[in-house]
Amino acid sequence: MCLAIPVQVKEVLPDNMAKVTLDGVSKIISTALVDDVKPGDYLVLHVGYALAKIDPEEAERTLELLRQAALGDAA
Amino acid sequence: MKYIDEYRDGRVAKDIARQIMAAADPARSYHFMEFCGGHTHAISRYGLEDLLPPNVRMIHGPGCPVCVLPIGRIDAAIALAMRPEITLCTYGDLMRVPGSNGSSLLKAKAAGADIRMVYSTLDALKIAEAEPEREVVFFAIGFETTTPPTALALRFAIQKGLKNFSIFCNHVLTPAAIQNILESPDVRKLGTVKIDGFIGPAHVSTVIGTEPYEFFAEEFQKPVVVAGFEPLDVIQAILMLVHQVNDGRHEVENQYIRAVTTFGNEKAQAEVANFFELRESFEWRGLGEVPYGALRLRPEFADYDAEKRFAMLTPASKDNPACDCGAILRGVKKPADCKLFGTVCTPDNPMGSCMVSSEGACAAHWTYGRFREHARTGEQARTVEAGKAVA
Amino acid sequence: MNVMTKPYKRKLDVRNGLVDLSHGAGGRAMGLLIESIFHKAFDNEWLRAGNDQSAFAVEAGRMVMTTDGYVVSPLFFPGGNIGTLAVHGTINDIAMAGARPLYLSASFIIEEGFPLADLNRIAESMGEASREAGVPIITGDTKVVERGKADGVFISTAGVGVVPAGLDLRSDAARPGDAVIVSGSIGDHGVAVMSKRENLEFDTDILSDSAALHGLVATMVVAGGEHIRLMRDPTRGGIAATLNEIASQSGVGFRIDEEAIPLKPEVAAACEFLGLDPLNVANEGKLVAIVAPEGADAILAAMQAHPLGGEAALIGHAVEDANGFVQMTTSFGGGRIVDWLSGEQLPRIC
Repeated sequence: MCLAIPVQVKEVLPDNMAKVTLDGVSKIISTALVDDVKPGDYLVLHVGYALAKIDPEEAERTLELLRQAALGDAA
Repeated sequence: MKYIDEYRDGRVAKDIARQIMAAADPARSYHFMEFCGGHTHAISRYGLEDLLPPNVRMIHGPGCPVCVLPIGRIDAAIALAMRPEITLCTYGDLMRVPGSNGSSLLKAKAAGADIRMVYSTLDALKIAEAEPEREVVFFAIGFETTTPPTALALRFAIQKGLKNFSIFCNHVLTPAAIQNILESPDVRKLGTVKIDGFIGPAHVSTVIGTEPYEFFAEEFQKPVVVAGFEPLDVIQAILMLVHQVNDGRHEVENQYIRAVTTFGNEKAQAEVANFFELRESFEWRGLGEVPYGALRLRPEFADYDAEKRFAMLTPASKDNPACDCGAILRGVKKPADCKLFGTVCTPDNPMGSCMVSSEGACAAHWTYGRFREHARTGEQARTVEAGKAVA
Repeated sequence: MNVMTKPYKRKLDVRNGLVDLSHGAGGRAMGLLIESIFHKAFDNEWLRAGNDQSAFAVEAGRMVMTTDGYVVSPLFFPGGNIGTLAVHGTINDIAMAGARPLYLSASFIIEEGFPLADLNRIAESMGEASREAGVPIITGDTKVVERGKADGVFISTAGVGVVPAGLDLRSDAARPGDAVIVSGSIGDHGVAVMSKRENLEFDTDILSDSAALHGLVATMVVAGGEHIRLMRDPTRGGIAATLNEIASQSGVGFRIDEEAIPLKPEVAAACEFLGLDPLNVANEGKLVAIVAPEGADAILAAMQAHPLGGEAALIGHAVEDANGFVQMTTSFGGGRIVDWLSGEQLPRIC
């Protein structure tokens, strides 16, 4: 539900804020809803607030499943 | 764009589509409802239905907070904004939503109301801080994704000691809406609408987790697959639903594992619980009164509740009697079935909730799906002609 | 003693002064403003002659005339300002007819209290843009209105040009089979402007693509003017509006390929942030050309060889379609309609 985009943390700022970027476009947003944010982390951003961290392993797992589906189909 | 482009790969899509084709039992049809308006938009914008076999169809659900906002709430917001001391802050989505008599926030702005479009509640707070002589009201809408940002705005307002900031709360809840649909006579008893499963919302689920859907899967015996926002996420979820239906399973599965967990964002949930409570009932445009489907500010935050602070009245409002939105939101009818569709009711002149926002079923069909109707009608006409020629 | 001293000549305080109502009243103050700012920035023989109107010899053939008002907000944005837009935009309207732009006029409606320094900046960049394009601003007008009656400044420019013999571009000229060519990446201008709008601020290096296109058009005309059906610059409403307009006026449909449309990654990212579709976002230095199929290759090559057309691409074709739909094959492989929005696209949360 609702438009949210994956952004990367460039810089952690005081008061639970962070500078995040998506392909060269950056914005300052609130990370008050997510714990332990570090530069390099990917966050789900919605209306100026991070709602969750993107788990890189799970992301890769999803892509693997998608690719496997493709391979399996070819077999 | 990382975590976006990979999930939009058209070549992988074709392979998944082939798998769906192979898995779908030709002897039956599959109808899946994508609850979330963002999913409706993704399906339309990428032409996803073109890749599905004809016996796998999507039904567009009511997960669009703009669409289900009753006209009366827009009227109330406009009336508030017309007061000279009020600065009304709103997300862009609401600017053109029509109120009664062809009014809208955009038109009210033209008439002199101080209405400001913002990207985030953080911007509204900045305005309140910068302009202490203004009464800043934030027009809060949205499902569970958008509620924590409103809760945090309240927390920040209190922390900063702002005395000129308040919320006009119209937040609604996803499980209540799903329940409303599944319990409607058309779906539950009459079997008019065959909903074989749900695509669960992406970002609502990052907040509430997958756990709340267990009840629906159990009680109504329908599979739920929570899907990410990108088209590959959606098409993978459809494949997972087809498998569940074929296997006779009705489980909650999570396709959006990179962002959604079983219990969701408990910090966000706690913030919301801190500031909001359930309304016993709230009118949803197209669905009528929905019990325990919406939120209001807790009584101890009355100072920040615009409805109390400014004694706001929500006028009763009626949708056009010929409007089929209620049926369309439940999946009983399709946009083209409604008499008003495309004639009186267009995106320029929306009569009901389904046409109001770009992801309502009727708006999506108008913008992205109309040409398919024409193509099909064209084919049918040609087939008829061919048939005549042979006969 | 009665010594006639030379009257003190007041200088305009460009650095710190503000425009006031006397600057629009037709008296000495207005003359001073016009001279110190506009004549200085635009300087040419016509303005030096100091007439209310400017005369020029008329070339044989057909002429075009166009006018546009510029009300952009904010006035200054990455890659340009209201002044450069006013010069480029009107030159482009002339160029879209395949014509060679000759002269411009510029009218200013200025709000009382507007800083002279800002007005000067705008005028100087207009002068620069005009000189770079080789199209002088030969006449103009200045009015000042009360505080609150204009958003800083409104500019209106008109232009005249001459159409080369044999060229007759018309909005109803598109035919099924014609190629659709776009001269470069879409959405740059709209995103650059939005990035500076209050309450939507985000940081980006995207610059407005505002540019005068008559040079590019000239090379296209040389490469195959007889094959060009029509050209249009996709400003407000983006290429979605432009293609829908042409479809409607020519009674055709379009089929375009999303993968073929040039789009800068940063523009794509900014659109993701705000929930915008790049197809609906304004451009100020791009053109859409509908070209007969036999001329497409040569014209495309000519465009790609020009500095303003390096990313030019063939994005689709006109087709028979009684409904006039503009359809697009998405990068995902499905189909969708590219619709004509009724108002400005607004950022969304859903």
